[in-house]
Amino acid sequence: MSNRFIPHTDEDIRKMLDVIGVSSIDDLYGDVPQEVIFKEEYALPSAMSEVELRKHFEELGAKNKRLTVFAGGGAYDHYSPSTVAHLLQRSEFYTAYTPYQPEISQGTLQYIFEYQSMISELTGMEATNASMYDGATATAEVMFMMVASARKRNRVLLSATLPERVINVVKTYAKFHGVSLTVVAEKDGVSDLDGIRKELEAGDVAGVILPTPNKYGIIEDYTGFADVIHGAKAFMAINADPSTLAVLRTPAEWGADIACGDGQSLGMPLEFGGPYLGYISCSKSMLRKMPGRVVGATKDADGKRGFVLTLQAREQHIRREKATSNICSNQSLMALYATIYLSLMGPEGLRKVNEMSCDGAHYLYGKLIESGKFEPAFDKPFLKEFTVKTSLDMEKVNRRLLDNGIMGGLLLGDGLVEFAVTEKRTKEEIDKLVTLMLED
Amino acid sequence: MKTYDKLIFELSKPGRKGYDLPKDNFATDGMKEIPATLLREKAPELPEVTELDVVRHYTNLSNKNFGVDTGYYPLGSCTMKYNPKINEEVSAMPQFAALHPLQDASTVQGALELYYNLQQALANISGLAEFTLNPYAGAHGELTGLMVMRSYHMSRGDNKRTKVIVPNTAHGTNPASAMVAGLEVVEVKSKPNGSIDVEDLKPLLDDTVAGIMMTNPNTVGMFETEILEIAKLVHEAGGLLYYDGANLNPLLGKVRPGDMGFDIMHINLHKTFSTPHGGGGPGSGPVGVAEHLRGFLPNPHVRKNEKGEFYVDFGKDSLGSISTFLGNFGVMMRAYAYILSLGKENIRNVGPMATLNANYIKESLKDDYLLPIDGVCKHEFVFDGLKDKSTGVTTLNVAKRLLDYGFHAPTIYFPLLFHESMMIEPTETESKETLDEFIEVLHKIAKEAREIPEEVKNAPLTTIVRKLDETGAAKNPILTYRALKESVEG
Amino acid sequence: MSKVIEGLRYADSHEWVKVEGDIATVGITDYAQHALGDIVYVDMPEVGDEVSQGEEFGAVESVKAASDLISPVSGEVVEVNEALEDEPGLVNKDAFSAWIMKVKLSDASELDSLLEAAAYEKLCEE
Repeated sequence: MSNRFIPHTDEDIRKMLDVIGVSSIDDLYGDVPQEVIFKEEYALPSAMSEVELRKHFEELGAKNKRLTVFAGGGAYDHYSPSTVAHLLQRSEFYTAYTPYQPEISQGTLQYIFEYQSMISELTGMEATNASMYDGATATAEVMFMMVASARKRNRVLLSATLPERVINVVKTYAKFHGVSLTVVAEKDGVSDLDGIRKELEAGDVAGVILPTPNKYGIIEDYTGFADVIHGAKAFMAINADPSTLAVLRTPAEWGADIACGDGQSLGMPLEFGGPYLGYISCSKSMLRKMPGRVVGATKDADGKRGFVLTLQAREQHIRREKATSNICSNQSLMALYATIYLSLMGPEGLRKVNEMSCDGAHYLYGKLIESGKFEPAFDKPFLKEFTVKTSLDMEKVNRRLLDNGIMGGLLLGDGLVEFAVTEKRTKEEIDKLVTLMLED
Repeated sequence: MKTYDKLIFELSKPGRKGYDLPKDNFATDGMKEIPATLLREKAPELPEVTELDVVRHYTNLSNKNFGVDTGYYPLGSCTMKYNPKINEEVSAMPQFAALHPLQDASTVQGALELYYNLQQALANISGLAEFTLNPYAGAHGELTGLMVMRSYHMSRGDNKRTKVIVPNTAHGTNPASAMVAGLEVVEVKSKPNGSIDVEDLKPLLDDTVAGIMMTNPNTVGMFETEILEIAKLVHEAGGLLYYDGANLNPLLGKVRPGDMGFDIMHINLHKTFSTPHGGGGPGSGPVGVAEHLRGFLPNPHVRKNEKGEFYVDFGKDSLGSISTFLGNFGVMMRAYAYILSLGKENIRNVGPMATLNANYIKESLKDDYLLPIDGVCKHEFVFDGLKDKSTGVTTLNVAKRLLDYGFHAPTIYFPLLFHESMMIEPTETESKETLDEFIEVLHKIAKEAREIPEEVKNAPLTTIVRKLDETGAAKNPILTYRALKESVEG
Repeated sequence: MSKVIEGLRYADSHEWVKVEGDIATVGITDYAQHALGDIVYVDMPEVGDEVSQGEEFGAVESVKAASDLISPVSGEVVEVNEALEDEPGLVNKDAFSAWIMKVKLSDASELDSLLEAAAYEKLCEE
């Protein structure tokens, strides 16, 4: 019976069966109806040794192509210090379960507390939960949070400038849960305050969700939004890229009650789409409606500082169908990733990441406009991601880029192309990108 | 070893740095183009520390943690099996880790092939037609599965099916997921042995029922022997059967949920397929469905064309998207590596050895611990505290005392069926020697409860922190370093 | 032994009611606070909310449990005990002085369906 994950020798099995008082392993399944016992062979390969497994992964890996990435769309190719990945390999962290026994889980509990502190610093909010799955599902949960907090109001407004993938997930959650959702059309590439004001007049709106930067990369100006939204007794949430909050005006500074988004931009590997990190921060008054786990500081029997899971009576394992959310497992290890990354980068490092990305993006933008083949789609401020308009056959251009190991901009339709430039992209890489794009 | 009790913020000193960025060679100053009104007023108060500070700090923190690699972790319903190291190695390969999720399919054929193979393997292991790997966790899988259930009924114009039956012993995620999916929860009672009461179920099955959510084996580790009858009744009433894969491990190699009549299920890759729990995630909760429900699975999906090429597909009958991209790909790589390591031969032994281990512990300890449900269990079982109730030693005390002896505690006070529940799940990766040690310690604690009960009630005595004030933490939540500083200063 | 006060009315879901004119003051009983243990949060309705007899109007939370509050009367909430926001532990200190909400009764006859002290005391002993 034994292999490298199953230690039982024939002798072990015999002795154990004796203690149990049955004569065979089959007897342990004697209560299972015979017709459901699976007797065929599984349609799986034969067991692979480590040597074979490595080879198999190498072969699969060889069918992938690593590219120089100039696309974003919710996944950014940022630099990550070597230290992060090394520390994440501490198996005391990654082989632990949720910290239900605080006396032997202070490691996990403390890093979550540090994580909550750091994300709260970035968003400017008073509280942050222990993490969500990704930015899109976090935004969907924010929708529930607003409806639960506003009680009798059941409609939520989304700005059409939120990333399309976020809107799609929020729509799915709304459809099944029964939240009425209105996507408010954009105006010149940004959220339309007049459109929002008009929707708010109905008096049934629980909250409004806005992005920064938005789906075109534009840094939106939310001056006056909080007054209008709060004036209509609705809540305001901002879906923000947390990396950019080292320099950009924070959701709290805009007057938002909730911030949410995806933490992938905090140096996480692209990893073909996951695991990333969803986050939710909020003001103290909304804390009780925030989903997910939360860690708090406290003291032990000897008066020593320690950390525990707290406010648990909000959660599914206690509230069951009365909980605001069903979230249980989250992305804890990715919260550790963000915590270590932010510790290493510090306020200055994260600011520099943004400055360098911003410089590179503006350099590329300048070159494209200068070429005459591209024109500004919207004349609005941006940081690391921007959208331009072109009449070039971009499908063809992107294929040419692929042949040269480059992932070009994302095609948004109507001749719109969106590029992202991180601090990892050099001047030479950008020059090469531009040259290749302008070849015909 | 010396005690360590600093927060990373408390190591901070202005001017220290732990990063290394290349020189900014651009002549452009992009930030100048951004109006000051769009910039934050004050920098965030993140720590300023060196690389070595960070390395020592988090290494010290890791020493305050208990993982499967540290020691035995008999946490019921969590399937804390060993996490093979080769899975960590292959999942970190840059040929996969550096892939952007929106790369052209032609440049990610290896990743898509892996993704497709895992979809297929899980379908075969479960006896279902097709899987989506998009859900990020078990509860997310439950939600997705219930969305499939509703989509099916709605596609038939059967809009009055808005109720879902959930056993009163179910994990809290079941009713919570139903609520999120917009379904009304109807509880079905359990018999004293924890099984669903079929007589209680019958009158609940009318044309407003969308389906039933079950685990099998159930929450107390007993196989639902009437499953075929239940499946027949639910199907006849026009409902669907949802299988909560939390308890799949004992069936691996023996029974497939699809063959028991389940239409929809989720699998926790972080339980049954050995991917690390990560201190609470990331997990992965793939959802499988029977043939007639294929089209409702969420977008996107990975498929293979006639030429053998893999592509990302968006179905028109799909319930929609439930994830930004394709799910927790990094977790999938580990589960895939695990399945290949076991192969079609060794996967046969997973469930049986997990079941053997659970029964061995149960029979070895039932002299000192109260076994409310006798008989052969599957991967886990529940004691209702110590047999001798006169000592005043509770399940919580026993759990905390186990920490003193270097073991993780079982799941306690769940299921709610018993007052002093202690739910033990050993998994197949533990040897007889480890189980014997655990049994010996639990016998010793039972003896201590009789002889020195006060000491047991004071446990844990040897951990780095003692019993923590959870009431104070909940009454006055201190959730950030900033608030902590203010609470000390103020 | 939990305290029960004469002259109040009680719901079998362990809320007490004190009626003065058409205003009913509602709280949870000493028995209920004992059963819950240290109360860490009281989720109260808002002034202006309509509550109905037998329906949920809030919740009380301890560290690892939450219990719905069921309204023993119907009417409009005219006041809530804001002191409980900062100090939920007041309910543990004295459940009968730590009232939760005051309701302007819409149907005083509903009070007849509630228990007298003696009957409630008997319920708690069962």
